[in-house]
Amino acid sequence: MIYFKSSNIISSLGFDTKETFTSMLRGEIGIKSINNKKYYPEAFPASMIDEVKLDKEFDLIAIKYANTKKYTKLEKMLILSVVDALSKTDVDIKSKRTAIILSTTKGNIDLLSGDNNSFDSKRVLLWKLGEMIQDFFNNPNKIIVISNACISGVLAIVTAAMYINADMYDNVVVAGGDIVSRFVVSGFMSFMSLSPTACKPFDINRDGLSLGEAAGTVIVSRFENKNQQNIIFKGGATANDANHISGPSRTAEGSFIAISKAFAEADMSPNQINHISAHGTATPYNDEMESIAIERHNLLHASVNSIKGYLGHTLGAAGIIETAILLEEMEQNIILKTAGFENSGVSQPINIVSDNTNKEISCCLKMASGFGGSNAAMIISKG
Amino acid sequence: MDNLFVEKYCHIKNNSIFVDGKLVYADKDAEGLRAFAKSAYRHLKPSYNKFFKMDEISKLGFVAAEVLISDIELSSYSEEDISIIISNSDSTLVTDKNHQDTIDDFDNFFPSPKVFVYTLPNIMIGEISIRHKLKGENTFFIVEKFNEELIVNHINSLFLTHKSKAFVGGWVNQSEDDYEAFLFWASDKGGVPFNALEMKRLYNIIT
Repeated sequence: MIYFKSSNIISSLGFDTKETFTSMLRGEIGIKSINNKKYYPEAFPASMIDEVKLDKEFDLIAIKYANTKKYTKLEKMLILSVVDALSKTDVDIKSKRTAIILSTTKGNIDLLSGDNNSFDSKRVLLWKLGEMIQDFFNNPNKIIVISNACISGVLAIVTAAMYINADMYDNVVVAGGDIVSRFVVSGFMSFMSLSPTACKPFDINRDGLSLGEAAGTVIVSRFENKNQQNIIFKGGATANDANHISGPSRTAEGSFIAISKAFAEADMSPNQINHISAHGTATPYNDEMESIAIERHNLLHASVNSIKGYLGHTLGAAGIIETAILLEEMEQNIILKTAGFENSGVSQPINIVSDNTNKEISCCLKMASGFGGSNAAMIISKG
Repeated sequence: MDNLFVEKYCHIKNNSIFVDGKLVYADKDAEGLRAFAKSAYRHLKPSYNKFFKMDEISKLGFVAAEVLISDIELSSYSEEDISIIISNSDSTLVTDKNHQDTIDDFDNFFPSPKVFVYTLPNIMIGEISIRHKLKGENTFFIVEKFNEELIVNHINSLFLTHKSKAFVGGWVNQSEDDYEAFLFWASDKGGVPFNALEMKRLYNIIT
């Protein structure tokens, strides 16, 4: 069995999972209008990390770890995230039986612009970013870096569980992060896929995604948590649409296959799922595609939410922070409303959560999809 | 059989394509990856117009997969049982710099979705998936150097947990001054034993 040990979220709404979750529960939205020419010539909505707070918190940790190296913003976010998640467990990060998997799409991509020249040019490479994290914690295993677009986070967790099942490790620290950069903002703007306001997942008026920056960590382990509710990894998989590199399949082909394979590994059936944490980016095509995947799997009875309306699309962090929130929802038996959602704008009658809801949640499906036709699905349940 | 084997493999480097260690095509006059990929495409004649809109590293992965998969009987597997697990060290650095060049200066600002979409390494996996209708598992790893243990352990785990039956795996990298591809086809149909030692040997077979 694979157990979820602890989690962390470093976001605009808090620097740990509980703080972020509590802010969301109060209805706080981390997406604000950003008017800074460092990122884009015009104002755009995004969820940004408070850098003053980040530096302050990081300096305390650096002193504690007696580390005087200079770190980038993303490295600081990732290190803080892992430190906090580790502090809630007895997992030994220096053990050969503990691995770190890093999920990121663009890493330190802001270093490419030349405004941040004080770092070695290698630092823009994702394996180097990984090495910085591995070295900070003196972990003896080569860090495993996964960069698979927007499914990276869910894929990293599924991979961690697979490696523990194969007896390669006892514990895996799965960390993920991405920053808001001129690179990414300009790219999505050129795609015309950014909403002019905070995004509205599954809504009839949804008009694109919002970007966000965040880091997140979940720690998975073969050892259960004593004297408390355990949440277990049941199954997970990825699949490709084999259809288009920048748009999802109209029949939800890849997502359907990934969910089927996740059910097969979990040895469970759709009627056992009572909640779905969707990818829910608020682009017209993504949300419609997910509704079709949910319908095709006879999951219309399950509640569905997306947290992209609070923190935006955090790319390589998304699957990890969404899993962290899902763990919190399961622990507290509260489902967060889908911020930005009012009236359904998808073709299938899926059960989108529009108000914070108290409900016993026993078994959940996590979905993710991304560029390159990639899709991922993961099933977790109370043990 | 319940073990994996490397049934076939291919290398592309120094303007040359090798299959199972043997030279099958070379164009020493091609300057850079862009020119060599075009030359290889003309040689292979896949009649696939989508090739021309790809970035250079996707073209490299496409050509390698084309050579690798050409005589494999894909129809003996269901589409969702064929997975693609690729790694490299530079992600999409060359394409990233092309995108960066379009956004550095707000007076000369012209980001293009056609470039931006290729700034993710797994887009290459998407292109190969579309071309050959492969719908299995996908993972793109970023490692400093080719890591035979990571690739072998990952693929073995997927195989042993019945998530996939056949695999396109390996390494496709483009740095600012060089490129290199090594792709293999792994299945249970026999060939070179699928382990890290053999994988390292095959990767290094073309020096």
